[in-house]
Parts: sequence; C-alpha cells; structure tokens
Amino acid sequence: MAMKKNSKIRGFSIHIMPYSEIRELTITERVKKILQLVLGNRVVILQGRLRPEEEIRLIEDTMAMVDHIKSFKGIELAVVDAHGNDSSFFLKMRRGIARGLTGESNSLTVIGPASIVKEIKKDPSKIEVFFG
Amino acid sequence: MLKILSRFFGGLFKRRDNIKIGFYGPPNAGKTSLANLLCKDWTGEELGTVSEIPHETRQVQFKEKVEIERNGKKMLLKIVDTPGIATKIDYEDFLNYGIGKQEAKKRAKEATQGIIEAIKWLDDVDAVIIVLDATENPYSQVNITIIGNLLARKIPVLIVANKIDLRKANVKKVEAAFPEYSVVGISAKKALNMDSFYDEIFKLTKRV
Repeated sequence: MAMKKNSKIRGFSIHIMPYSEIRELTITERVKKILQLVLGNRVVILQGRLRPEEEIRLIEDTMAMVDHIKSFKGIELAVVDAHGNDSSFFLKMRRGIARGLTGESNSLTVIGPASIVKEIKKDPSKIEVFFG
Repeated sequence: MLKILSRFFGGLFKRRDNIKIGFYGPPNAGKTSLANLLCKDWTGEELGTVSEIPHETRQVQFKEKVEIERNGKKMLLKIVDTPGIATKIDYEDFLNYGIGKQEAKKRAKEATQGIIEAIKWLDDVDAVIIVLDATENPYSQVNITIIGNLLARKIPVLIVANKIDLRKANVKKVEAAFPEYSVVGISAKKALNMDSFYDEIFKLTKRV
C-alpha cells in the first residue's frame, strides 16, 4: 500500500521490547528508555505491563516532554490483554498481581507517539506501509 | 483509666475534619460541574468555571471547609478539584472550538502542567471521587491507570458515572468495569440522584 505524498507520517518503526530489556531498570530508567524510543518515532510493544506507579510516572514525564518539545503531542498507551479488553478492571488487576504485574503476564503494552497513532486512526491503511 | 475512656469515646464521636477529597478523571467528564454542585449545595458558592472545551480546569482548585450533613451527622471536607488526566495534549484540538492559535498553545501548555499537578496531588488526598462520563467507554487506559494507582496507594475510591441525563449513558457498563467499587450514577448538569451521591460520600469517608 503506497503512502500518500502529503502524509504527515514520515516514517516510524516498531520496537519490540522483551521484558528482560527493562527488568533490571529502576522506574526512572524504564520510563526514560520508553520515552526516548517514542520520541524517536517508535511504537514500543512491551512484553507484559507496567506497574500502576510506572504508568502514572510515564504520563507525568510525557506531559513534561510535551511542555518542552515543540513537535511532541504526547503518547497513546494501551494494554492488550490476552483475556480480552472488556474484562473488569479487578479481574485484570488480579491476573496482573498474580503474575507480579509485569513481564510474566499475557499482556502486551503498546506505547506510541500520539501524532502517529492519530494519523493511523484517521487512515488505518497507513499501518500497511510499514508491513507492506 | 479516665484518659483511656476519654480517648475511646472521643475517637468514637470525633468528627473528622477537613478530609481531603480529590476529584479525578479524564477531561470533560464533569469533575468541576460536580464539585461546583456540591459546593453550591453546601456553601452557596461554586468552585470553578466549566466549559465544553476539554481541559477547562488547568489548575488544581480547592474549596475549604465544606460541611455536608446527612441524617443528623455532619462532616467537614476540603474539596480538591483536579485537571483531567490525559496522555496527550495537542493544541490543534482546541482550534476546533474556535480558539485562536496563540491561545490554544497557551491552553495546551497550561493543560500539561495541570496534569502533572493533578498527579502530584495523588500523594496528598485522603479519598478520591473518580468522575467518569457514563456515555463513554469506561475501559480506557487512563481510567485504569488512575484507579490502579489509587488501589496501590490504598486510597478509598468512589466512582461517579456522570451524565445519566443523556440517552447514551450506561451506568451498568461502568459498574461491570469496576465491580469492587461503589458506583453512583448522577447528572451534575441536572442535579439528578444527588442524595445517593451524598450518602456515598459519607460511606467513602468512613473508609479514610
């Protein structure tokens, strides 16, 4: 699928991040690593999910970046659960806690630059540019 | 002995003063509308301005000494209304509401700082009212992140499903998403079901 000439997406890549890549990092280092990738126009697919305090820190640091980097609009964050996205919050949390809330879970966390995800939402065929 | 008895009965009948209740949730769910209604009902004064434009509240705002009364019992609250939490802020989104570019950029900058401030306040509230728009999907990642953090911090939570005056509102869906929390459906705009809301606030503060 060809990309339109005037598309706002100039290119992005997907970074698959096994949990082992962040296992030894502190909360600050984890968030920094993810944000560095996102700022480099990468959509990060993390094995497992972040802890609640890491997610909120990610939002906090993202806002600080939006405030300082002109072209950065923020992130899209989604946890894709193997058990379906519409199961209750507590069911998800229980599964998460049982597996240590992190890399051992059947979840995947997708974190990408908001501007890219916005463009993909407008025209989902653009994602095919990457895979095509 | 007298001291022990005095402490026991003192604790039993003591009125907890100035319990800090934070209003949290995504942008445009009606946090300030609800905080306004609560403050107006019990103090006669509102707290902040509301608008259809997202991120109208860009600074944490307070109302001290809000005394509410149910069944002869009184309670003194400090209401903490926070900016809506989001993962992205794009000034271009404000342009759709007829705001000029410079003003939109200023608003976006203030909104990012407001979100940071709201997150910092999580360390300083005694209980939280999560205000959700009952016409929207409750399973959004921001909602789950906020509630996950409150759960981890052991902060008591009440979930308000706002906008029940709208046909699309689905309180059952909110209840299904968060079955272990009290969920109360209200309309801050039309002041619907506020008695149940105030009853739930009393129950919430008992868990502080």
